[in-house]
Amino acid sequence: MTTESVESKCREMRKLIFAQAYAAKGAHMGAAFSVTDILGTLYFGGVLRYRPDDPWWEDRDRLILSKGHAGVALYAALALAGYFDADYLKTFCQPGSSLGGHPKIREVPGVEASTGALGHGLSFGIGIAYANKADNRQSHMYVILGDGECQEGSIWEGALSAPTLGLDNLTVVVDHNKLQAMDALETIVQMKPFADKWKAFGWNVVEIDGHDPDEIRQALLIRERGKPTVIVAHTVKGKGVSFMENVPIWHYRMPDEKELSVLFRELGFTQEEQRELVLDK
Amino acid sequence: MRTAYLDTLYELAQKDKRVYALISDNGAIVYDRFRRDLPDQYLNLGISEANMIGMAAGMASCGKIPFTYTIGAFLAYRAFEFIRNDVCLQDQNVKIVGTGAGQVYSALGPTHHSTEDLGGLRALPDLTILCPASPLEVRKATIAAYEHEGPVYLRLGTNREAEIYENEYSFEIGKAVTLRDGKDVTLIGTGSILKDVLEAAAQLQSENIDARVIDMHTIKPVDRVAIIRAVDETGGIITVEDHNVTGGLGSAVAEVIAEYGKGVRFRRLGLNDFSKGYGTYVQVREVNGIGVEHICAETKSLVNQRRSGI
Repeated sequence: MTTESVESKCREMRKLIFAQAYAAKGAHMGAAFSVTDILGTLYFGGVLRYRPDDPWWEDRDRLILSKGHAGVALYAALALAGYFDADYLKTFCQPGSSLGGHPKIREVPGVEASTGALGHGLSFGIGIAYANKADNRQSHMYVILGDGECQEGSIWEGALSAPTLGLDNLTVVVDHNKLQAMDALETIVQMKPFADKWKAFGWNVVEIDGHDPDEIRQALLIRERGKPTVIVAHTVKGKGVSFMENVPIWHYRMPDEKELSVLFRELGFTQEEQRELVLDK
Repeated sequence: MRTAYLDTLYELAQKDKRVYALISDNGAIVYDRFRRDLPDQYLNLGISEANMIGMAAGMASCGKIPFTYTIGAFLAYRAFEFIRNDVCLQDQNVKIVGTGAGQVYSALGPTHHSTEDLGGLRALPDLTILCPASPLEVRKATIAAYEHEGPVYLRLGTNREAEIYENEYSFEIGKAVTLRDGKDVTLIGTGSILKDVLEAAAQLQSENIDARVIDMHTIKPVDRVAIIRAVDETGGIITVEDHNVTGGLGSAVAEVIAEYGKGVRFRRLGLNDFSKGYGTYVQVREVNGIGVEHICAETKSLVNQRRSGI
């Protein structure tokens, strides 16, 4: 796929993310917009090998969104990838829907692990990468972490473990948007020098612009023999909606009327799409 | 118990390549044979219980059958959320094997005692909890855990437990074993303390008290039928466990009795607080009120109460 087509998928994803949040009157939009381009490149940039019509295909690459609160972004990608109909996204967080606030394995095709409590996805992904190696499977394991999530001790247990096990079939992407729920990451816990910490733990470390599909794609395809790779993706929380960008309060909040019109314009909702959204409500 | 477990795991792993031994830097020496003969199915992940459980869940999602092993206290407390979210919530086929049941690491003190593990873990959905009483039962429980598709917590002691089963018998998850029949009172025990319970029952016999003894090797799902029969057929029930009386065997049995709705004299024998003191396991149990003498005294008190109609 071309960069333009990945970008266009990411634009679609952002609209679908908002549609879900709007339907449920809430979602972690800031975190979802931050990780959109990473997920979009994985699914539509020719990186992840997957079969929507055979979600449990044994040789598939696997993705775990450890920062499960950005589940709306994963759901948007899965819908566009063909795992289920995009209309189903409107059921997000409604009774009877399998699309909950945090993704659940088996309930949503394409979801490889139930996440939500932070600090779990890395070890789970290490287990999968280890099993794939044991079975001589070529499948690659991708785990997306939040940077705030890296305050969890278990992340660093996993960070010690993966290089020890020589898991070169594992790539971790840290969505490094430098904000967490309450404030700036660095104000709350000193994380700098962030990339150096991973280097010191024995990882192959790559730093990229987490909103540039070309850079993301190249980084996602890097393999270093005997070592896991971590991509520190510099991102902007709330990316794509000016009033949300880099503003902590948008970790979880819905726009008012005035903000809504700005959001519709900036995310590229047509008049018809806006009407549909409001009518569905 | 540990040897029985390891020998059984070794046999299972030899037969089935999906079986893995994951350890958190505990029991490294006793795993020597496993490590030598089955190096591809052995992993010492270092001192990182949470990572071990999370990783095991990931491996299970790829069809592996990981047996994770370290001191039960570290698994049940440190890794609790990982057992809950990664193993139980996702119904992953992970076996969680905790050693050092109760206060068996007597001299090491309460940080190393598994005396609230059953209480915490019993609340977790879909987790089968096995608490075998002797080496032979460990072997049977390990095989049952392997054959059971889904999360299992297997609670082991150390390596000094006596055998209480003289003959081969049938072990089924959720089905208690009656070790000795009796009509005056039922003593329900779990784990290696059953040896003391049997000893107490023998002493009580000489004092004209006919005690039934039940090996409740499965704490979850608990055998409701055996408990209800004890209510109907004997005059009282005493639970005996090396565990806090809150949350463990005593609580599980109390729940069944209460729901059954028929009154019965009932006592729980176990810890009422953190374990006190150091010494041998027998000494620590005595100091903490769960020695053979305590079982006898409690039973006599209950039976005398009933006989005198108080």
